[in-house]
Amino acid sequence: MIWNETKECMSREDMTNLQSARLVKLVDYMYHNVPFYRKKMQAIGLMPGDIKSIEDITKLPFTTKDDLRDNYPFGLFAVPNSQIVRIHASSGTTGKATVVGYTRHDLDVWAECVARCLSMAGVTKDDIIQIAYGYGLFTGGLGAHDGAQKIGATVVPMSTGNSKKLTTMMVDFGATAIACTPSYLLHISEVLAEEGLLDQIKLKSAICGAEPWTEKMHHEIESRLNIKAFDIYGLSEIMGPGVACDCEFHRGLHVCEDHFYPEILNPDTLAPAPDGELGELAFTTLTKEGIPLIRYRTKDLTSIDRTPCECGRTSARISRFKGRVDDMLIIRGVNVFPSQIEAALCEVEEVTPHYMMIVDRVNNLDTLEVQVELDQKYYTDEIRVIESFTKKIAHVIQQALGISAKVKIVEPQSLVRSQGKAVHVIDKRKLY
Amino acid sequence: MLAKQLTVFIENRSGRLSEVLNVLKENNVNILSLSLADTTEFGLLRLIVDNAAKGKEKLTENGFSSLLSDVSIIKILHKVGSLQELLRIIDANGVNIEYMYGLSIEDSTAHVVLKASNTEKLEQILAENGISTLSTEELANL
Repeated sequence: MIWNETKECMSREDMTNLQSARLVKLVDYMYHNVPFYRKKMQAIGLMPGDIKSIEDITKLPFTTKDDLRDNYPFGLFAVPNSQIVRIHASSGTTGKATVVGYTRHDLDVWAECVARCLSMAGVTKDDIIQIAYGYGLFTGGLGAHDGAQKIGATVVPMSTGNSKKLTTMMVDFGATAIACTPSYLLHISEVLAEEGLLDQIKLKSAICGAEPWTEKMHHEIESRLNIKAFDIYGLSEIMGPGVACDCEFHRGLHVCEDHFYPEILNPDTLAPAPDGELGELAFTTLTKEGIPLIRYRTKDLTSIDRTPCECGRTSARISRFKGRVDDMLIIRGVNVFPSQIEAALCEVEEVTPHYMMIVDRVNNLDTLEVQVELDQKYYTDEIRVIESFTKKIAHVIQQALGISAKVKIVEPQSLVRSQGKAVHVIDKRKLY
Repeated sequence: MLAKQLTVFIENRSGRLSEVLNVLKENNVNILSLSLADTTEFGLLRLIVDNAAKGKEKLTENGFSSLLSDVSIIKILHKVGSLQELLRIIDANGVNIEYMYGLSIEDSTAHVVLKASNTEKLEQILAENGISTLSTEELANL
């Protein structure tokens, strides 16, 4: 079902006109309400009147996470606190937390976008949906919650942390949809299997996001639970979950581009990359009031496709993420993304999708160890067989990364299952 | 007759083997014989116990990965050359041995626990040569 046909199925020309009008208004709004942007524009001799259409967006300066940190906590807000009705903040694992504020209108837009995404996943007012993202400063829980409520679905605000309660209620309530991180859903599927509840669930669809996951992991979730899984994307700086989502055709994630204008930047030059080319994703929040951002660099690597989709939507689609500029590890001079390891492992039937990469430097040489668990039924009494698995996995990783890795098979259920964003890398090199 | 062997996958971490044995002790599972195959990263602890099914159940409950597999526990005389004679027969029939370890019960006889590349064929060879083996039930009564 298409939640907002007017906006989601707009002709390209109408969309461009709408984006142009909104950008012109946004730039004027920010110039007059955010001193940080005014100074940035003045520094390059740019006046609001210079921005006449969406094509002029490339004249505007970028915004980065550092800009948000430098203006901690409320420095980039465009409205006084009397108009801010909610605050969210990122976990701040890599530095000071980044804080965002929402006006009442912002929350309405957010719920609208999440409603579009959930509708892509087939969620309607007849569904019972468990929201198993963390509730709190993290945008996942409340963001998905408001969107599901807007649709009129029966919302069960599970949050994270109690898998047994979640599976029990999933069965007892007859939940038909769930929103959580993909790694947590894999964990849930294991709990359901352990408790022998797999054939008692009524789940039809899962809306997963907040961390990258591969096509194979997607299939793994769908086949284990016999459901349809959908990829939802968002980031707190731009809004939270609901910036984009994939439809039943899984041809990339439809961006709510009447609210968030996407650009793909060449990773080396930051020049706009042509459609279809891989680069860093940047967003401009066309309608946001609380903390609007221009050309915010997401650090996510993807490509864009503006051709209409089979589902009827005409909105631009961004491809499944190829990694994060930040997550990129340089091992023996080679660029490595954890998502590549994940994709490689999913090709090996004998292993589970859980893994841990341990990067170290021994005698000035980078080492990469990949720890994996075998699927329960492949643990055997013969060393030879386990060693053949090790070789097979090492070969697949070598093919995917172009560098060799030491593969270590560990005891089942011993790798950490995350309930939020999965941690897949331990870098022991003391490089800085 | 085939008997059940209990195998536990253990990472090479100090104390891990002791934890496995503790689970068996706490649940009164008696170990009749064992072999530990070690590599640099992990070990396979193969056990002949009086109740393999119970052993597996208790290990699983305690978070260990264990499995049951079929092995032949072959009775031989406790004297020089008897093991070689057994292997000669197995060899002559083209069956490969994956691994093997000993199991002593009485003074006059000994047993070897043997996993062959082709378990059924080994059983057939042993039967044809009148060599007796221990079953899972017999292990419980030792």
